[in-house]
Amino acid sequence: MDGTLKTVRLRAAVPVLPLVAFILVTFIAPLATMLVRSVYDPLVAGAMPETLFLLSEWDGKSIPREAVFEAAVRELLGARQARNLGRVVTRINRVQPGMRSVIMKSVRKLRRISGSDSWRDTLIDMDPAWGKAQTWQAIRRTGERFTMRHYLHALDLDRGPGGGIVRQKPERRIYMPLLGRTLAVSLSITALCLLLGYPVAYLIAHAPHRWTNLLLLLVLVPFWTSLLVRTTSWIVLLQTRGVINDALVALGLIAEENRIAMIYNMTGTVVAMTHVLLPFMVLPLYSVMRTIPPLYMNAAATLGASFPRAFWRVYWPQTQPGVFAGSLLVFILAIGYYITPELVGGRSGQLISNMIAYHMQQSLNWGLAAALSGILLLCVFVIYLIYDRVVGIERMKLG
Amino acid sequence: MNPNGNAHVEFEGVNKSYDGQTDVVRNLNLRVQKGEFLTLLGPSGSGKTTCLMMLAGFEMPTTGTIRIDGRSVHNLPPHKRGMGMVFQNYALFPHMSVGGNLSFPLEVRGLNPEQRRERIRKALEMVRLDGLQERRPAELSGGQQQRVAIARALVFEPSLVLMDEPLGALDRRLREELQYEIRRIQRSLKVTIVYVTHDQQEAMVMSDRVAVFQQGRIEQVASPEAIYEEPERRFVARFIGENNLLPGKVTAVEGDLCQVEIEGAIVKAFRVAPCRPGDMVTLAIRPERVCVAPDPQVYSNELEAKIEDLVFLGDHLRLRMNVHGRSDFIVKIPNIVGHGAVLEGDRVRIGWTPTDCRALEPIGEMGVTL
Ligand SMILES: Nc1ncnc2c1ncn2[C@@H]1O[C@H](COP(=O)(O)OP(=O)(O)OP(=O)(O)O)[C@@H](O)[C@H]1O
Ligand SMILES: [Mg+2]
Repeated sequence: MDGTLKTVRLRAAVPVLPLVAFILVTFIAPLATMLVRSVYDPLVAGAMPETLFLLSEWDGKSIPREAVFEAAVRELLGARQARNLGRVVTRINRVQPGMRSVIMKSVRKLRRISGSDSWRDTLIDMDPAWGKAQTWQAIRRTGERFTMRHYLHALDLDRGPGGGIVRQKPERRIYMPLLGRTLAVSLSITALCLLLGYPVAYLIAHAPHRWTNLLLLLVLVPFWTSLLVRTTSWIVLLQTRGVINDALVALGLIAEENRIAMIYNMTGTVVAMTHVLLPFMVLPLYSVMRTIPPLYMNAAATLGASFPRAFWRVYWPQTQPGVFAGSLLVFILAIGYYITPELVGGRSGQLISNMIAYHMQQSLNWGLAAALSGILLLCVFVIYLIYDRVVGIERMKLG
Repeated sequence: MNPNGNAHVEFEGVNKSYDGQTDVVRNLNLRVQKGEFLTLLGPSGSGKTTCLMMLAGFEMPTTGTIRIDGRSVHNLPPHKRGMGMVFQNYALFPHMSVGGNLSFPLEVRGLNPEQRRERIRKALEMVRLDGLQERRPAELSGGQQQRVAIARALVFEPSLVLMDEPLGALDRRLREELQYEIRRIQRSLKVTIVYVTHDQQEAMVMSDRVAVFQQGRIEQVASPEAIYEEPERRFVARFIGENNLLPGKVTAVEGDLCQVEIEGAIVKAFRVAPCRPGDMVTLAIRPERVCVAPDPQVYSNELEAKIEDLVFLGDHLRLRMNVHGRSDFIVKIPNIVGHGAVLEGDRVRIGWTPTDCRALEPIGEMGVTL
């Protein structure tokens, strides 16, 4: 009996298996890989095992002993042979800027030397940096398989000379201000969407029935238009020689030489993203408003309340589940938005996702990109928790 | 300015059309006195709600005037009309407690917390719901919700309260209980109530006067007794209670009475509509006014009938009779000693007094009565 019940249940689960597999492969797995990559980096440890082993006994202050130098020379040359050197050096260089040229120069010279009595003297001779404790500390730290350095980096923190955690120098703090800016921009976009979307949703929910579909269609059309087309249209409208500026100049509202920069900056990002995300605000609002019978507003009127008062005391509170749902949706989408700021944000309109993309594609610092993504994920999670605390997720209504 | 100092609400020549073609309210003339309980009674779609909505200000009359206290309210928005309203679906604000709901109209009117508390307490006491202030509407039963709705419509002490089928969603026992309750409250507060229902018993229990609606027209306005005893229109006779309606032809007129030929027999009837010999009329006879085996001195109308069907209904017997070939004539006889004398299939004589038989307009005539 129990057995058959189990089989029945299992059989019922069969149809969703493809979906489960799909989610595992395309969502859970990449997410897990990314999170692992943000703390785990075996490359240097794999390339220079002996050097790192010997360095582990080093006191961290004096010049290491000869054996360390001997191992380092052998393993760096080995890495070059394995076409691995570039990647190893890049990582060391990230921890200790300047190390790239030191190592590459030395390796080039080492290729011409067949042997040496003291690799220590030879290397220090080639570049005095080899005689500094900093250099070896950098190599030792880069060799850690499990490391918090990407997260430290992403949080604008660093290891001080004593190994303790300190803040980056002010001019090198970029990620936290960028994250702050991303949050602020997302918040403004959410507020703008609410401001623009609420009246639209109200209009649709209270329009005569024959208009409802048409109006909803107008809200949805942007969904069916390529994101690129929409963004390009914004460029046409907003650029310095664009439609809006031309109109303003033609109307004499601004002078020819004072055309307003509305795109390739933060304004462009905010405008275009508000447009893209507006439907995500309108739809939850509409679905909530649709369920509020006009009866309540009538009742409020018979009780003596004018429209503004009735709206504020009776209508608005009842739309809150929609307001919460729409805001959360827009905010979370905005926080991770990439393509629009990339296209119309210029330099000043970039968000944290663009930075992540940069580290993925340009600087190839995947560890840092992963750490930044991890922090972003955490932000979304924290926001969700705060929201649940303050509002209560069950009070939201998404559709 | 106002010819009748006592009229609280006045409809004068009001017509209403939603689509510009069909009038859902036609030439409505109606006066409601101060402190009166007036019920608009009629079948579904007859325009009762529309009348109430025009009075509340949610709909505008297409033509005609509505006056409250002698003043036209044409340009007055609903929130300035100062009348309480109870809706069929309660319309309690779901996000406010009972106390919050009651407090709302008082806050709008700028009463201080002290006054508000006192009024709310009194209002809840009146509907016997003391102690439920903190509850949300969703935590109340249907009957309790409707009591709260009534309290909310009264808490700001309006002199006029509109109710649109407020008891429609409740079960019968609760409905009856609340009917008496509403009447008691209305009598004690002396407010004017315009009440909409399609339940005639409800109208009978509560009203001072009943206005019977049909297809946007008022057929008759009168006290519940008069509506029942003295219907002036065929529709009212058919709609209120049960009536035997027989088509007939006037053969003679004598004062208040007339002679009518029905299915080969001649009966005397009370003349309601003006009629001349040769006119077609409808006779309305209440089943309980028909006497079986009548005493010829009292019941001047006498006919032959055959009992086709007999149903025992506790307090009375319901007989379906064949009278001159028509087999839908209903007679009710009270369950008193001796009722066992009649049996199915019996041929009997039946009779009624001329004043219990009203000669109304014939089928199909759409006259205008005021
Ligand atoms: N908003 C409206 N738009 C168009 N027609 C309407 C509207 N409201 C009511 N009607 C029509 O007006 C007529 C009268 O409706 P009304 O609601 O006044 O009837 P009622 O007597 O209250 O009926 P019920 O007992 O079913 O509530 C109906 O034929 C209805 O279809
Ligand atoms: Mg109605």
